[in-house]
Formats: sequence, C-alpha cells, structure tokens
Amino acid sequence: MTDITTEKARIGAPSAQPFINGFTEEGESLSPLNAAESKSPLAGEAVKRHSHGGGVGVPDSSRAGRLTSYKLADFKPLTGMEEDWRFTPLKRLRGLHTEVLNGAAPSVSVTAPDNVIVETVGRDDRRIGSAAIPEDRVSANAWENFTEATVITVPAEVQADGEVSVLLTGQGTAASAQHVVIVAEKFSKSVVVLDHQGTAVVSENIEILVEDGAQLTVISLQEWNDDAVHASSQQAKLGRDAKFKHIVVSLGGDLVRVTPSARFTAPGAEAELFGLYFADAGQHLEQRLFVDHAVANCKSNVLYKGALQGRNAHTVWVGDVLIRKEAEGTDTYEANRNLVLTDGARADSVPNLEIETGLIAGAGHASATGRFDDQHLFYLMARGIPEEVARRLVVRGFLNEIIQKIKVPAIEERLTAAVERELAATNH
Amino acid sequence: MSTLEIKDLHVSIDTEQGTKEILKGVSLTIRTGETHAIMGPNGSGKSTLASTIAGHPRYNVTSGTITLDGEDVLAMSVDERARAGMFLAMQYPVEVPGVSMTNFLRTAKTAIDGEAPKLRTWTKDVKAAMAQLRIDADFTQRNVNEGFSGGEKKRVEILQLELFKPKFAILDETDSGLDVDALKVVSEGVNRAHAEGNMGTLLITHYTRILRYIKPDFVHVFVDGQVVEEGGPELADRLEEEGYDRYATGAGAATIAAADAAAQA
Repeated sequence: MTDITTEKARIGAPSAQPFINGFTEEGESLSPLNAAESKSPLAGEAVKRHSHGGGVGVPDSSRAGRLTSYKLADFKPLTGMEEDWRFTPLKRLRGLHTEVLNGAAPSVSVTAPDNVIVETVGRDDRRIGSAAIPEDRVSANAWENFTEATVITVPAEVQADGEVSVLLTGQGTAASAQHVVIVAEKFSKSVVVLDHQGTAVVSENIEILVEDGAQLTVISLQEWNDDAVHASSQQAKLGRDAKFKHIVVSLGGDLVRVTPSARFTAPGAEAELFGLYFADAGQHLEQRLFVDHAVANCKSNVLYKGALQGRNAHTVWVGDVLIRKEAEGTDTYEANRNLVLTDGARADSVPNLEIETGLIAGAGHASATGRFDDQHLFYLMARGIPEEVARRLVVRGFLNEIIQKIKVPAIEERLTAAVERELAATNH
Repeated sequence: MSTLEIKDLHVSIDTEQGTKEILKGVSLTIRTGETHAIMGPNGSGKSTLASTIAGHPRYNVTSGTITLDGEDVLAMSVDERARAGMFLAMQYPVEVPGVSMTNFLRTAKTAIDGEAPKLRTWTKDVKAAMAQLRIDADFTQRNVNEGFSGGEKKRVEILQLELFKPKFAILDETDSGLDVDALKVVSEGVNRAHAEGNMGTLLITHYTRILRYIKPDFVHVFVDGQVVEEGGPELADRLEEEGYDRYATGAGAATIAAADAAAQA
C-alpha cells in the first residue's frame, strides 16, 4: 500500500538503479529497430535533412535529434517499435497513422470576447506553420490533410475579458484532420479553452504562438465519448518574457494521445505545463510532453497527475526536458504522480531530463506511482471520516491540485463534477 | 460521564528483525473530567499507546482490552473509534494535498455528528476557534496541514479538538517542537475544551513543561512499555527535578546495564 516506484533525482545526486529495463538515468534507450536502421537511407543522418531539430551529429537518443517535417512521406509507416509509439496500441488508432484523413473534422464553434479575432482560413494562410512542425507520422498526416484551420488571435496588448471557448464536437468515426492556430500577440493576456466532445477519430495540430511579453493559458479538455480516438500535437513557441500555461485534462475517449511542447525562442519566458487524467477500464490515455530550453534564462514547471481504475486502464506519461548548451540559467522541474485505484491498471511514467550545460539555476524530475497513501487515509479516518469517503477525498484532493491551477471557476466546477462522476463509477 | 478503560494491554509491531513487543501490560482508567499525564523517556511506548487507542494499523494488540463505556474499542475501525468519541492529536499531523481545511473540517464534523453542521453557526464557530488559537483565517483555504509549520500543525490539531468535542482526547506529544508562546496558545485550547466538562484527557509528553499550563490529576510514568509509577501532580514536579534515570534501576536488566554503561561513560 505504499509507493510502488518512486524516483527522484536532482543534478549531482548519485545515480539510481534503473527501475525499468531499457531505461538508464540518461533516459529511454533506443528501440532496437531504430538503432538497427539508423544507417539506412530513410533513417539516421539522411532523415535529419528534414529535421529542424538537432540536425546532423545529434544522437538519435537525444530529444533534439527527432525528425520533424511537414511531409507525411518523410515519416516511415509506424510499427509500434518506434521510441515515441512503443506504448501506444496502434490497432486502436483507427487509421490515424495509415489512412487519408478526409473524414469530417470535429465542428468548431468559438465563443470569444469582442476584442479577440476568430477566423477560418485555408491551408495557405501565412500563420499556418508559424509555431509548429509535426514530430510524428500522425501529426504529419493531419498536416497534409486538413482543409481549413481556425485561427484565434488575441491582438497586441489586449487583455481578453473572459475566456475564449473553442468547442470541438466530433462528427463521427471517419478518420479526420484538424488544425487550430492560437496567436497571443505582444503583451496580450488571455485564456483559451479547447473543449473536445462527442465522437471523433481525429488527428489534430494545435499551433500556439506566444509573442513577447504575452500571457496565455491554454486548457485542452478531452471529455470525448467512449469510442473517440484523438491524437493531438499542441506545440507552443514562446517569445521573450512570455508566460505560457498549458493544462491538459483527459477523461473521456478510447485512446487519447496528447503531445504538448513548449519551445523557448528568447530569454525570460516561463512555461507551466500541467495535466490531469483519469483512466477507466480499457482506456488508453497518453501524454508526451517536450520542453525545449534552447535559450538562456527561461523557467519551466511541469506537473501531471493521473488516476487509474479498472482492468486495462492504461496511462502513459513521458516528459522530455532538454536543456541545450545555450540555455544557461535555466530553471526547470518536472513531476508526474499516478494513483492506482484498482488492480489491473497500468501507469507508465518516464521523466527524461537532458542537460547540455552545467550553468543552470536548477533542474529536477520526479515520478511516483502508487496506491493510496495509508497515512492520508489514517489521518482522515481518525477524524471519523469513513474509509470510502476518505478515499474519495484523497483522490479528489490528489487531482484537485491540478484543477486548482485552472483558475477559470466555471471549468473548475465542471471538472470537479466530472472527477466526481469518475469516482462514483469506482467500486471500492 | 464516560469511562475509557485500558486493561493489561500488550502491543507489538512487525519490524525487519521480527515481531517486537512495545507495550507489556498497560492498565489505565480515564473518566470524563480527568486529565492524565503519561510521561516517560523516548522509546518507552507512550506514542504507541496513543496510536493503538486510535487504531493505527501498524500496531498489533496481542492481548488486553480497551473499552469505552463498556464498548469494545479494539473491535472498532479507526473511523468508528473517532465517531465513538475518541480524538488523537497527532505528534506528526499528516499533510493531505488537495483537501482544503474547510472541506476537511466540515466532512469530519458531519461524520462525527451524523449530520451536517448548520452552515452559519459552523462557519462562525470555526472562525472563533481559529481566532482563539491564533490561526490565520486564510488557513481554511489551504490544504490540510500542507506547508504548515510544526507549530501551526499542532494548533490545527487543537482546533479540531475544540470543534469536534470528543469524549476523550489523546494528545500525543502535542508540546514537542513548540515555542513557549505556541505552547501557551495550545494549552489554553486544551483547557477550554476541558472546561466544558464533557471530556477526559490523556496527555502524553516527554517534558514537564506543558504541565505548567495543563494541570494533570494523575501522572503515570512509562518505562519500557509498562507503567512503573503513578501519582498525583507532585510526581511531575519530582520528574522535573530528577529526570527518568532513577527508574532504570527498577526496570529490566537491559535498562540497568544501559544505566551502568552511562554511569561509567
């Protein structure tokens, strides 16, 4: 009843024993397939010609070495052996990685304050590609197939009064592509909520541009129906002194895979990446994030918390934080916590920290996956609270830490109610 | 008028080296209105007694009984014990992330009383009790014990004592780690709860300092899992002057050996 695995490391701490095969303190080891093929024409150095990442000479094991391209053809068909797909059940992707994504995309309905500009644009709009470039085949497939994009612009120095609410409603199970661009112009301040509902099989690219001095919060809610399949690449590019808060909440859907990233392009910026997920029997909820400290004096803080219940509930959290040689003065911390409520559930958690300079303010990572903390239970029960109620209080409390960070009362209430529903479904 | 009766209690814990007996036959009777101080050196089993009464799963009762007005306490779950009127002010209160104090206090009060407290009077009661214990009003919005200092945690334990109005309060080294001001505040809280006349108190402490503020009716000295001496408040004064050393001679051979070793050192 105590923690199953606990790992905590700070720079300079003695190296821990490897907990999981294939992992070292340096991070994930390459899958044998990638390693074997790294000299073939379609992988390794040849592939990196397309890359806007590390380029030639950066080892494949580095996050900087990952292939990025707008062209689907540059990505090999998936086998499931790829490092970034090895936890994902490809059979359940329902064609997002193999088919032409020409199904009806989820409908987009935006409610925004008057001073926010909402447009629907074609593929040739200049803002397409301003903040993101696909990092995997599913994302590239969506990029190649989307027909129109929604662009939300918070003009310079505008303080949006109330949140921008983007309701994305699934239109069925035909594999589809979606594209949204969010531009927070200089010194603007805003909150954008991406609210995913209904049934969809969709690969989505969300581009987020946070210009100099802008403050932007993006909340992505996945409250899909049980049969939805959703892959979402949410890439943010941060300007000087920008403040970006990103919150992922995944509750519904058969398979949800969110890959958020924050790239620092100028000093002084801050990124906070939070996440909450609650997987029920059979659900696969995956989150892989990337924080790219490419410049000096930026700050990042990552916290994802998940609860799992029921047979074959599966969650995956992979947190890649890269501190490049140039990124002196970086301050970063990432943590993932999972609470396993029943037998038969599985939580994978992989914090990766790559550090290429020692001249930083701080860097750390932590991951813990466990059952209920007996001490919490005892304390609450010693105050007369029955075990059942105490358990709920603890889970609610555990997840509340993320909900409290949202700061949009209506959404906080809605999520609290949603967590309540998830808890009610538990039969302890 | 209630009675908490502990009879010939033996308690052990499982350690890596095997089972270890900590309480070796403890008997104690506490009635409403009485304050009993349990004093003793570190490792004598004082805190084990407190945790066992509360029902902490780490402690195994191997023999003996605990009854509350004749009801078998040992047969009750942890929460049932609390609802039956027992309250343990913990030595190391646990931080419960994400659960706000407001929510926690109301949930516990509802569980103990069997009905939700009336919102208006309850909020007022909480505020008043907090003010008396000099706890900042914003603590209600904070998570249970999270980021509280040692002294703040102890004051919050006493806040609960005052709000939940138990029949028996067990204070497990509530005084440890408190400065004099905090000690006074905490003691006043205990005395207020006691003055209502419906509570018996078991005060577990290593030091005599808190007994200047909370006057015990009885003092029991614990050594090596047993009560080795009992008396009135004057016993506490004597302990203050002499310490626990003299009990070493009356205890087991190991203790005597240890005392001898200490004497030679």
